[in-house]
Amino acid sequence: MQWEAVIGLEVHVQLATQSKIFSGASTAFGAEPNSQACAVDLGLPGVLPVLNEKAVEMAVKFGLGVKAEIGRRSIFERKNYFYPDLPKGYQTTQMDAPIVGPGVVDIVLEDGAERSIRIHHAHLEEDAGKSLHEDFQGMTGIDLNRAGTPLLEIVSEPDMRSAKEAVAYLKSIHALVTYLGISDGNMAEGSMRCDANVSVRPKGQETLGTRCEIKNINSFRFIERAINHEIERQIELIEDGGRVVQETRLYDADLDETRSMRSKEEANDYRYFPCPDLLPVDLDDAYIDYLRSQMPELPEEKKARFVEELGLSVYDANVLASSRAMAEYFDRTREICGDAKQAANWVMGELTGRLNKEGLEIQQSPVAAEQLGGLIKRIIDNTINGKAAKQVFAALWDGEGHTADDIIEAKGLKQVTDTGAIERVIDEVMANNPAQVEQYRAAEPDKRGKMVGFFVGQVMKASKGTANPQMVNQLLKQKLEG
Amino acid sequence: MIDLTLTQLADGLAQGDFTSRELTDAYLARIAEHDAQINSFITVTEDSARQAAEAADARRAAGQASLLTGIPLAHKDIFCTQGVRTSCGSKMLDNFVAPYSATVVEKLDQEGMVSLGKTNMDEFAMGSSNESSFYGPVRNPWDAQAVPGGSSGGSAAAIAARLTPAATGTDTGGSIRQPASFCGITGLKPTYGRVSRWGMIAYASSLDQGGPMARTAEDCALLLSAMAGFDPKDSTSIQRGVPDYRSALDSPLSGLTIGLPKEYFGDGLDASVADVLQAAIRELEALGVTFKDVSLPNTRLAIPSYYVIAPAEASSNLSRFDGVRFGHRCENPQDLEDLYKRSRGEGFGAEVKRRIMIGTYALSEGFYDAYYRKAQQIRRLLTQDFLAAFNEVDLLLGPVAPTTAFNLGSKNNDPVQMYLEDIYTLGINLAGLPGMSVPAGFAAGRPVGMQLIGPHFEEARLLNVAHQYQRVTDHHQQAPAL
Repeated sequence: MQWEAVIGLEVHVQLATQSKIFSGASTAFGAEPNSQACAVDLGLPGVLPVLNEKAVEMAVKFGLGVKAEIGRRSIFERKNYFYPDLPKGYQTTQMDAPIVGPGVVDIVLEDGAERSIRIHHAHLEEDAGKSLHEDFQGMTGIDLNRAGTPLLEIVSEPDMRSAKEAVAYLKSIHALVTYLGISDGNMAEGSMRCDANVSVRPKGQETLGTRCEIKNINSFRFIERAINHEIERQIELIEDGGRVVQETRLYDADLDETRSMRSKEEANDYRYFPCPDLLPVDLDDAYIDYLRSQMPELPEEKKARFVEELGLSVYDANVLASSRAMAEYFDRTREICGDAKQAANWVMGELTGRLNKEGLEIQQSPVAAEQLGGLIKRIIDNTINGKAAKQVFAALWDGEGHTADDIIEAKGLKQVTDTGAIERVIDEVMANNPAQVEQYRAAEPDKRGKMVGFFVGQVMKASKGTANPQMVNQLLKQKLEG
Repeated sequence: MIDLTLTQLADGLAQGDFTSRELTDAYLARIAEHDAQINSFITVTEDSARQAAEAADARRAAGQASLLTGIPLAHKDIFCTQGVRTSCGSKMLDNFVAPYSATVVEKLDQEGMVSLGKTNMDEFAMGSSNESSFYGPVRNPWDAQAVPGGSSGGSAAAIAARLTPAATGTDTGGSIRQPASFCGITGLKPTYGRVSRWGMIAYASSLDQGGPMARTAEDCALLLSAMAGFDPKDSTSIQRGVPDYRSALDSPLSGLTIGLPKEYFGDGLDASVADVLQAAIRELEALGVTFKDVSLPNTRLAIPSYYVIAPAEASSNLSRFDGVRFGHRCENPQDLEDLYKRSRGEGFGAEVKRRIMIGTYALSEGFYDAYYRKAQQIRRLLTQDFLAAFNEVDLLLGPVAPTTAFNLGSKNNDPVQMYLEDIYTLGINLAGLPGMSVPAGFAAGRPVGMQLIGPHFEEARLLNVAHQYQRVTDHHQQAPAL
C-alpha cells in the first residue's frame, strides 16, 4: 500500500527581548544557575506579572510576517500542572484568544518546488525553567534562569507531507524570525524548539490517521530523522496489523529513536482559565499600522527581488534569502563585484562549504563580504583565474592579507595574458616532452581533444597557475598541430 | 493615649503631647498584657517597632513628618514584609520570610508609620471566623466566646481591643467588612484595583483587595489616601488619581439618596440586626438622606458564583506552595510525588484543602462550562444588578452579616453555614465595588455593623456618609472591657 504522512509542527521561538515576559529579570543565555531569576520568576508568594510590551510587539511583527489576522484582544490563560521547574504550578500562556490568528508560510523544497503551509495560530507564553538530572547524586537540580523567557508558539496546520517539507517549513520560520530580529534563532541554545505531530494514512484517504506528538526536536537534522523514524514506525505498526495509539513520544537523538512518554489517558487536565492577574491585551489599528511600517524586507520579498531583478534561480534565491545575515552578506558582495551570479556561486559554494566545514555561522565568517566582493571583481576583470581565486580565498580566510589585491600581489598570482610569455612556456613544455608530442600528432583527430589536457596541466604547472587557461588551450592547439 | 483615634494621635504627635516612641511603647505594653487572651497577633515586632518609632520622632524633629508619621499600625499577615515572617495564617508559610515588602506596606512605611507586627487571620484568608488559622483562633474582645469574624479577624480584634489604632486588612468576600462588623470597628474594602495587590498573598486574584481598618471613617480616609494608587507592579491596579479622602468627609448629606436592597432585608436576617439597621436609617434620615427601596434580584446567586470563582482561582494560586523553593517541606521525601503530596498535605489546613478541591473540580475538563463559565456569567448579572441600582440611588445600605458574632466552634464543622455568613458581602467583591462596615449599635452586647456600598471609585462618598453618621452617634467609640 502507498502511505502518506501528515505532519503539523509546533515551533517554540524564544523572543529576543532583554527582559522576561512578565518580570524585569534578564534573559541572557548561559548565566550561573538561578542568577537570573527574580521574585516573580521564582513564584514567591504575593508577586504579580506585568506584561513585557516588547514581547507583544515581536509577536505582532511575526503575525504581520505570515499575513495573519492580529488578535485585537488576546487573553492570557493559566495552564495548571505541577512540575519542579514550573515555579507557580501553572504556565501563563494563551489559549482561546491568541495574539496571532491564521496565517500562511511559503516554503521551497530542494527541487525548487514551492508550497504554502497554513499557520493555525501563534501565541505568547512563558518558558519554564530547566531540570538538571546530572551531577546531583540521584537528585534533580532546578535552574530557573529560563523561567519566564518569552516564547512565541507557532502552530501549523497539518499541511506537511514529508520530513523534508517539515524541515523546509522550519527553515522558513527560522528565516522569518531572524529577519524580523525577534529571535536569534539559535537552535543549539534552545532559541527554537519543535514538537511534531505525525500521522500516516493510505494515499488518497481523506480522514487523518491517529497522530503521535514527538517532543524535544532541537535541530534541522534531528527533525528530519525523528519524523522519518516516526513515519516508518507507524507504517510498520499498521502493516503488522497493529494500531497507532495517540500519545506523546520523546525523540532521543543519541539512539535515533522515539519512545513513548505518556498516552492520551495519562495526559494532564491542564484546567485552563483566564489569568486574573493580567488584563486582556487590546491592540488598535494605529499600533498595528505603526509596526507594519517598521517591518524590514522579508524573505519572500527578498527572494522575489533576487529572482526578478538579479536573474537568480528560485533555488539559489531561496538559499540566499534563508537568513537575514546570509542575504545581507550576499547583497553586499554583489554590490561590490557587480555580478549577482558570480556572487551567488561564491557565497553558496566556496564560502558556505568552508563555513560548514569549520562549523561557523555566516556572521562569524573570517572573510568579509567586502573582501569576497573584491576577490570576485578580480576574476571578472581577468586579473586572476579560477584556480588562483581559490588560493586567494584561502589566504583571505587565513588572514594573510587584507584585500584580494594584496594577496594577488604578494603571491604573484596575477594571470599571465601575454601571448609571447605563454608561448615560451609552451615551447619549453613541448621540448621537455617529445614523446607525448609524437603521440599527439600520430593520434586520430577525435582522440586529440583528450590528450591536450596533459599539456595544459604541464603549462599551468610551469606557470605556477598564473597563465590564462583559455589562452593556454588555444595556443597549445595551434602549436601541437604544428 | 490608647483611646485616641488615628486623627487625634496625629494631632497629639504634631503638638508634641507625646512622642512616637512613647506611643509605640504604650501599644506594645498593651499587646503584651492582653494579646495572650485575644491572640490577634501572629508576630509582634517590638524591636523594629521601637526603631521605627525613634526614626519617626527624628523625622518629625527634622520637620519632615507627614500626617501619619510615627503612628503605629499592624499589618494583616497576608502582606509581605521584608525581613519579617509572613505566614498567611498557615503552617505552609510558618518559616517564610519575604525578601520584599508589599506595596501597601512600603507606602505606609514611607509615611513613617510604625508597624507593631503581623495580625492573625484565617489560613490564606479562607474563612469567616478566624478559626482556620494555624496559629489558633482569635477571640472577640467583646466576648471571649465569640469569633471576631474573618478573615481579617486579628486586625479587627486588635483595633477593638486598643492594641493598635489601625491595621491593614484584605477583603475577598467580606474579610474586612464582616470582622469590622463583629468587632465594632470601621473597615473599608476599596474598589477593585484601587489598592495595589503586589506583595499581598493571593487567595482569589480577581476579588482580593486590600483596605484600611480603624476605629473611625475619618481614620480610614487618612489611611486610604496613603494606601491607594496605581502600582506599575500590579497590572490590575488602576491608573487614576487618588483623591484626598479626608477633604470630602464634611460634605452635607442632604440630597443624597440611599437604596435599601430588599433582598438584603428578607429572610435570614436576624431581627436584632434588622432593628439596629432601622435605627441607623432613621439617624441618616435626620441628616437629610432619602431612602428608597431597590432590588438586586440575583443576590441569591452570589454565594454559588463566589464559591466557584474564588476556589478556582485559589486552586491555581496555591499551586506554588509545593515544598520545592520555600515554605513547608515534608521530611525525607521518597520521590517528587511524595514531596508534593506530603508537603501540601501537611502544610495546608482543612478549609484550604476543601477550597483547592472545589476549585480544581470546577476547572476540570468537562465541568468548566457548567461551573466556572456559568459563575462568570452570574458575576456579570450581579454586576449589572448593582449598576442598575446605582442609576436610581447614590449608594446602597444593608447589613454586613446576617447575625452578630457567633460563638467559637458553632459553625466550623458546617462549611455551608459558614459560607452563608457572607451573603451580603460577596456580591460587592464580585462586582468590584467599594463597600464599608460602620459600627451601628449592639445586639445582646455584640456589635452590629451597617454596610455602605458605592459605585466604582466612590470611596469618598462612603467615607463622607460614615463620617457624618459617626458625628452624631457613638457606637464607634465604645470600647470592650478586657
